[in-house]
Amino acid sequence: MAIISTAGLARTFRTKHGPVQAVRGIDLTVREGEILGFLGPNGAGKTTTLRMLTTLLEPTGGAATVAGHDLAADPAGVRRACGYVAQSGGVDPQISVREELVTQGRLYRLTRARAAERAEELARELGLAELLDRKCGALSGGQRRRLDIAMALTHRPKVLFLDEPTTGLDPGSRADLWDLVRRLRDEHGTTVFLTTHYLDEADALSDRLVIVDGGVVVAEGTPSALKLRYGGSLDASLQDTFLAITGRSATPADAAPVAV
Amino acid sequence: MLLHDTALVYGRYLRQSLRSRFALLFGVLMPLLYLLFFGPLLTGLPLGERSSSWQVLVPGLLLQLGLFGASFAGFTIIMEKGQGVVERMRVTPVSRLALLLGRVLREATVFVFQAVLLVLAAVAMGLRAPLAGVLIGFGFVALLTVSLSALSYALAMKLSTPQGFGPTVNALTMPSMLLSGLMLPMSLGPAWLDFLSHLMPFRYLVDAVRDAYVGSYATADMLYGVLVALGLAALAVTVGTRVFRSAGA
Repeated sequence: MAIISTAGLARTFRTKHGPVQAVRGIDLTVREGEILGFLGPNGAGKTTTLRMLTTLLEPTGGAATVAGHDLAADPAGVRRACGYVAQSGGVDPQISVREELVTQGRLYRLTRARAAERAEELARELGLAELLDRKCGALSGGQRRRLDIAMALTHRPKVLFLDEPTTGLDPGSRADLWDLVRRLRDEHGTTVFLTTHYLDEADALSDRLVIVDGGVVVAEGTPSALKLRYGGSLDASLQDTFLAITGRSATPADAAPVAV
Repeated sequence: MLLHDTALVYGRYLRQSLRSRFALLFGVLMPLLYLLFFGPLLTGLPLGERSSSWQVLVPGLLLQLGLFGASFAGFTIIMEKGQGVVERMRVTPVSRLALLLGRVLREATVFVFQAVLLVLAAVAMGLRAPLAGVLIGFGFVALLTVSLSALSYALAMKLSTPQGFGPTVNALTMPSMLLSGLMLPMSLGPAWLDFLSHLMPFRYLVDAVRDAYVGSYATADMLYGVLVALGLAALAVTVGTRVFRSAGA
C-alpha cells in the first residue's frame, strides 16, 4: 500500500535571473514500512522535494498524498502524520534537551504532564536519558542527531523524513544511526524517507532507491536491481551504478585545478 | 488552539529573554544615556506651556526604546532560521499565527518592562507625571512594539540574506526617529519640518503620550494617537500573519 504518492510534483522558484525549476516533476510511490533512499547529485532537487512533502514549501505543480492526506487540501493532516529532520537539525543550543522535547510535545498538543512523560520515553528510547538536563549546544554531533530524530518522533509519525541524516557524523555514530532507522521500521513500522550523499549508506539501509537528477526521477528500484540494470552486474558498486545513471558522482570531488 | 499555541510560543521566547538578563537590561541603556546626559540640557528650555522638560522628553524616549528595540526583533528569527528551529516548528501542527503572536507578545513584555525601568530612572531625575498618564504611556509602548516587531519578524522571514536585515532596518528607524520629534517637539521647528513629521505615524503616538504625561486625556492628539497606534498594530499584524501563513517563507 502506498503511503506516499506524488504525481508531477514540481517547484519553480522565481529569481532575479528568471525562473529556476528546482523540481520539474517527481512521480514516485513509497510503500508503508519501507526505507526509501532518495539519491541525487547536489542541486538535483532532493531537499526541495522533501520540503514540499513536509508542507514547508508549496508546490507550483503536481499533487501528492502523504499518509492519506492530500498535500494541498489537508496540510494539517500531513503535519500530524509525518516527522521531519532537516539537514541543519532544529534545536536551540541555549535550551536544555528536556525543555526542547517537552516544548515539541506541547506543539503537538500533548498536555503538560503527557509531554513531560513523552520526553522521558523518547530520551530512553534514543539513548538521551543521561543528557536530558544538558544544553542542546553541549551535545556531540551524534547525540544532536539523535535528539533531532527524537523531536521528529514526538507524535509517533507514520512517516519520517530525514534529510542527509548522517552528514558530518563519525563512523561509529553513523552505524548507530543506521541501527536506529532500522529499529524504527522494524519495531514501529515507520516508513522512512531519507536523502543521502553516501552510497554505502543508501546501499546498506534502503529497501529501495529513487534517483533524481535535474528535478526528475531518473531511476528507481532495489539497490541490486539498479546495479544489475545500470552497473552491468550485481557486483557493480553503487558508485559505478550512480555514475552510469547520472553521468556524475553523488559526492562531486572538488574540481581538479586546471593547469594553464 | 490559537490561545494554547500562542501561550506556548510566548512562554518559550519569554524564557529565552529571561535567560539573557544582560540583553534584557542592555536595551534600556541607550534611552537611559539620553535621559542622563541629554535630559538635563533641556530643563531650562521652554518646551511646552504646561509641561516640564521631562514630561516632553520621557514620552519620546519611551517610544524611542520601542522603535529601536522592536524594529530589530527580527534578528532572533534570522538566527533561528539558521538553526532550523523555524522549520522544525512549522512542520508541527502549531498555529502559524501563534508563531508570530507568541513572539510579538514577548517583545511587548520585554519593552514594557524596560519602559518601567526607564520611567523609574526618570522619576529619580526629576520627572513628575500623573500615574494614569504613565500607564497610558506603557500602553502605547506595548502597541508600538507589537506593530514594529510584527513587521520586523515579517521582514526577517522574507529576507533570504541576514546581511540585508540590519542596514534595511537602520535606514528606516533613524529618519523615523528624527522626523517623529521623539527628542524635541516638532512644533518648535519650521513649518515644513512640522508638516513632514505629520506623515510619520510615530508623531501621533508621541504627541498622545505627551498629552497623557500632563494629565490631558480627552484631547484631539490623544484620539489621533490611539487611532494611529491601533491602525498600525492591525496593519502590522495582518502583514505579519500573511507572511507567517505563506508556506514558502
